[in-house]
Amino acid sequence: MYDGGKIIVGLIIGLGLFLSPFFYNAGKAAKAPDPELTPKAKEAKACVAPLKYMQESHFTLLDEWRQTVVRDGERYFKASDGKRYYKSLQTTCLDCHSNYSKFCLQCHDYVDVNPYCWDCHILPEEKK
Amino acid sequence: MGVDRREFLKIAGMAALFGLGGKAAIDIFAPAELEASMEGVPLTKGKRWAMVIDIRNCLAQQAKNKDGCKACIMACHQAHNVPDWGDPKIAIKWIWQESFEHSFPDQHNPFIEENLRHKPVILLCNHCFNPPCVRVCPTQATFKREEDGIVCMDMHRCIGCRFCMAACPYGSRSFNFGNPRKAPKELNPNYPTNRNYPERSKGVVEKCDFCVELIAKGELPACVQACDKIKAHALTFGDLADPESNVRKLLRERYTIRRKAELGTEPNLFYIV
Repeated sequence: MYDGGKIIVGLIIGLGLFLSPFFYNAGKAAKAPDPELTPKAKEAKACVAPLKYMQESHFTLLDEWRQTVVRDGERYFKASDGKRYYKSLQTTCLDCHSNYSKFCLQCHDYVDVNPYCWDCHILPEEKK
Repeated sequence: MGVDRREFLKIAGMAALFGLGGKAAIDIFAPAELEASMEGVPLTKGKRWAMVIDIRNCLAQQAKNKDGCKACIMACHQAHNVPDWGDPKIAIKWIWQESFEHSFPDQHNPFIEENLRHKPVILLCNHCFNPPCVRVCPTQATFKREEDGIVCMDMHRCIGCRFCMAACPYGSRSFNFGNPRKAPKELNPNYPTNRNYPERSKGVVEKCDFCVELIAKGELPACVQACDKIKAHALTFGDLADPESNVRKLLRERYTIRRKAELGTEPNLFYIV
């Protein structure tokens, strides 16, 4: 092998550069963000479904709502505690959860998802 | 005598037609099945929302003001966050005005009475009983509601192919060439005008939906409410399937015309001339 030493050194440096982000970030995992509740949401105590379900599958619920409202015209949701909710992301969900950046965005950023809800649905104005 | 070349080809051709391609051959020779597929769109079950527009009442209201009357258009476009782009080529139209001659090209009459000549007529989606836009939509983003006949849009599904715009004979559909949030600020000072209603994104087609969100609450469409508020009473909204409804009563009593009725789309908008 011609210039074997140089090649091997080059390979090691290249591999080191390639893996450097892993070494750099090793041992300091980003903390999972904690969604912040607005006073109004805290006061309401219960969401439209149990907390665990909302944390894990709110997108399934929203998808179901959008399907049933737009295509079947069913506009009300009966929660398990018997309370009736108007199925609307913009006027029901965001009414309590009016803090988009602290409630939606930081988690979506953390797990790197980009839902396109906000292309059309208008976000409430947040106090800076 | 054996089978000659010509005979062999004939037999082979027929065999291929009725053997391997038997199903296809029957489809080709059975035009009845093709005709049946022309029915396509589901029929309305239950209600059939319709609107009767009294052009005389509308024109009387227009004459009261130097700039005419745009109450219904303003109300609709505010309620649905429809932006003004300031360019008719990319205008978003839910409800708009057009001259009588352009609205009813089949009513061609060079000696038409002065009260109608070049006068503005209120136009919106006809919510056809047999909507061609629904038939051509490849994703079923636009669909006819079975329970009340309203032709709706599911913006989440629209891919912006604009087949529906080509199919609609009334120009009732508009394409979002730009993000409505980027509409010129000086033309839309208070945009979005209704924070309880979504906007649309760039690349979808939109149109009048007879205010399904208001009908669900038992209210009249925004344009009808606005017209009644100024006591012009040019727009009447009701159920065509009910023989005793307000619209059926008007249709029994007054002579009405529909836009391009000869196309067979069965528009649910009726104009009293």
